[in-house]
Amino acid sequence: MSAVTAEHGHDDHHDDHAHGPEKGWLRWIITTNHKDIGTLYLLFALAMFFVGGTMAMIIRAELFEPGMQFVDPKFFNSMTTMHALVMVFGAVMPAFVGLANWMIPMMIGAPDMALPRMNNMSFWMLVAGVLLLASTLFMEGGAPAGGWTLYPPLVLQTGKALPFAIFSVHLLGISSIMGAINIVATILNMRAPAMTLMRMPLFVWTWLITGFLLIAIMPVFAGAVTMLLTDKFFHTSFFDAAGGGDPVLYQHIFWFFGHPEVYVMILPTFGVASTIIPVFARKPLFGYSSMVYATASIAFLSFIVWAHHMFTVGMPISGELYFMYATMLIAIPTGVKVFNWTATMWKGAMTFETPMLFSIAFVVLFTLGGFTGLMMSVAPVDFQYHDTYFIVAHFHYTLVPASIFILMAAGYYWMPKWTGHMYNEKVGQLHFWLSAISVNILFFPQHFLGLAGMPRRIPDYAIQFADWNMISSIGGFIFGASQLLFLWIVIDTIKGGTGEKVSDEVWEDAHKHGLEWTLPSPVPYHTFSTPPTVIPCDHN
Amino acid sequence: MKKTKQLFVGATLATLGLQTAQADYALNLMQGVTTVSHDIFDLHMLILWVCVFIGIAVFGTMFYSIYHHRKSKGHQAANFHENTTIEIIWTIIPTLILVGMAIPATKTMMELDNVQNSDISIKVTGKQWYWDYEYLGTGVHFESHLDASSEKAHRVDSIDPRSVPHYLLNVDKPLVVPVGKKIRFVFTSADVIHSWWVPDLGWKKDANPGFINEAWTQVDKAGTYRGQCTELCGRDHGFMPIVVIALEQGDYDKWVETTLAKQNEKPDLSDLSREQLMANGAAVYLKNCVACHQIDGAGAPGDYPALRGSAKVNAGIDPLIGFLQAGTSKMPSFAKLKDNELAAVITYIRNAPELGNKVGDEIQPKAITPVYDDE
Repeated sequence: MSAVTAEHGHDDHHDDHAHGPEKGWLRWIITTNHKDIGTLYLLFALAMFFVGGTMAMIIRAELFEPGMQFVDPKFFNSMTTMHALVMVFGAVMPAFVGLANWMIPMMIGAPDMALPRMNNMSFWMLVAGVLLLASTLFMEGGAPAGGWTLYPPLVLQTGKALPFAIFSVHLLGISSIMGAINIVATILNMRAPAMTLMRMPLFVWTWLITGFLLIAIMPVFAGAVTMLLTDKFFHTSFFDAAGGGDPVLYQHIFWFFGHPEVYVMILPTFGVASTIIPVFARKPLFGYSSMVYATASIAFLSFIVWAHHMFTVGMPISGELYFMYATMLIAIPTGVKVFNWTATMWKGAMTFETPMLFSIAFVVLFTLGGFTGLMMSVAPVDFQYHDTYFIVAHFHYTLVPASIFILMAAGYYWMPKWTGHMYNEKVGQLHFWLSAISVNILFFPQHFLGLAGMPRRIPDYAIQFADWNMISSIGGFIFGASQLLFLWIVIDTIKGGTGEKVSDEVWEDAHKHGLEWTLPSPVPYHTFSTPPTVIPCDHN
Repeated sequence: MKKTKQLFVGATLATLGLQTAQADYALNLMQGVTTVSHDIFDLHMLILWVCVFIGIAVFGTMFYSIYHHRKSKGHQAANFHENTTIEIIWTIIPTLILVGMAIPATKTMMELDNVQNSDISIKVTGKQWYWDYEYLGTGVHFESHLDASSEKAHRVDSIDPRSVPHYLLNVDKPLVVPVGKKIRFVFTSADVIHSWWVPDLGWKKDANPGFINEAWTQVDKAGTYRGQCTELCGRDHGFMPIVVIALEQGDYDKWVETTLAKQNEKPDLSDLSREQLMANGAAVYLKNCVACHQIDGAGAPGDYPALRGSAKVNAGIDPLIGFLQAGTSKMPSFAKLKDNELAAVITYIRNAPELGNKVGDEIQPKAITPVYDDE
């Protein structure tokens, strides 16, 4: 597209009417524009956030009081399983791919993604995969109920839904791989000439590394579930001891995928936080290069620590010790990141608009999740923590007030750029405070429940767990309801927001921090048809 | 409507702090009753304090900065963005802390792993959804199911769980061990993966089908310790608790004796009244059948067939006896039931109004013919 524009001699890229969006609804089906596809990804992720959230509300309603009140235990298990799958594969991952689509070309001075048609295809495959997964809810025997990890032999007891769930994982995997290849190809090939690797914004860096993680792990997961399929339908025995297989083999393969997978959801989070905090601290990011190296170290370590999810599965002592030591190491680069964010705020001139509030909450609450992670890395103590609500609290702290909060921050931060309208700051701050308080009422008591002995994935519990569960549920309901404010803000901002005129840089001096703020607000349909020559870079 | 009201009342009670006396706001890990569980507790506290200390330092700095370095207070932004010395310091200090944590952790790990020189070995088999305990070399072998009152109370619209003592943490036959003896456990499973956890012992261990795992404990204090299955194992994962009773050696020996005697007792096969058959049958049903076929005999569509109106249940008796004894690929064999239990449960499933069946017959223990017997 850029070539065409150049031939016609249109230097002023947003004047190019010949290549505007398709008219009507068909635009959204056939679009190859990175901004349209980014929007599709983000809106789809938001919708799935509410679908997965509804499942969480069902879980918390059932756990509100001891005794079974609303659902059957099997359906409860389906809910925990589907909540996880929908949130991971339908909400958090697509949301970050959406951000990557929107922002990476604009951040590196590229006209679009490297592979625009594949970009369209990866989005629609995602939709197909998630719809297929959702359809299992209505099948005989119910949706998968063996946990999102799909451990055999339990998962093989799934009814009619099993092959559909496996095929949906295949589709989601293909979609993720295509998305990742596209992002990596874009970053490596489409940067503006002056945009050297070490001048790239950290969001771009973290996505480059995440892209490689995804390309490496998704085929492994696809392989694992394919073995489930052949075990169930074609008489193989990969995971069946009676035929010479081993159910624990599946866990090793799964977590070889699964551990990097959880970092797929957190590394881009680090990137967004590193982008937002300097802007509102009015200071360059502290330790840019150490941030890059720390991200790469975390990604590398993620491949060699997988069995810390399996400390109680029965491993030789040498295995237990190795995975304990390797896991502990992750604390070092993660610590570097947290210290860098703190140092970025130090002696800044901070203001606290909604994106900054969510980012600060992210740093604090992600660090809490990191602390419990460190505690769990110690294998003998994990013999107590493993598969309890302590674990549930841990990974929800790293996912909800970390990944989800940063996605919210990103939404508030870039929405004025995307739409040309300012969101309602008052409602935004209300959304922040309600979310930040209720998320702690929701998840903090779960630490206590786990330590007191409540296993995870149970639909009903002993009476001594009743109080914290009720408090946790109340927090959950408030958190769930608060997210409707975000939905309102998104709709309101698209429709015009506060009506105030948004400048090109939106946030004070933001143009010093990123190329996207040098573009007009709202961003024209095509940007950087000719690469920018001046690259804002707040470090070196 | 009723649910909404319950929710509302519950929420109000919670806010007013008017919870029942049985519930409590436990905060920390329990110390447990073994040397290893104490070591684990100490490690937990050590790491917790390390985290609290780092947290105070980091969050303290951050909040100082948030308070003082604000634009609204007129603070001017500095422009530094690197400092090699401080970056090296905050890489090295955490490394040293980690080494300091790894040393005691390694010691405890080695201790946990040492199953040598045990006094007793108990084989624990996880099954959907109960535990099977076999005291190796002694002949003591029994199943441990969720107790009857919890089994009834955990169903929608049943009795109030708060009225059940040790709701969901009580079993019909607890695991009994002697104090002061090193007990080695071997774990396996008959179906899916389970995990055996008693927090007071300090650890949990997975029970994998087709493989053996080992662990050990030595309980120092006589008492009752409760736990649960901690690996998702299907529909009734939340309903397979563990109860361990630690007895002084003398009491333990007596327990072994009476348990063995009871185990070897010949079942009483004399004829019973219809009421007696139905009552016994209901108890057998609650323990062995209810998890799949449900309390009202409706089963679970797609997973487990209904007994309500089932042709197999309501037709001839002999095929039914044979079916229960042999089992199928989907349904386990119930040859383990004694003839009097089998007779009672067959009478029950054919005639119980709550299951919706009304054949109008009764089956006496003597009528049970050994179609299939594993002994």
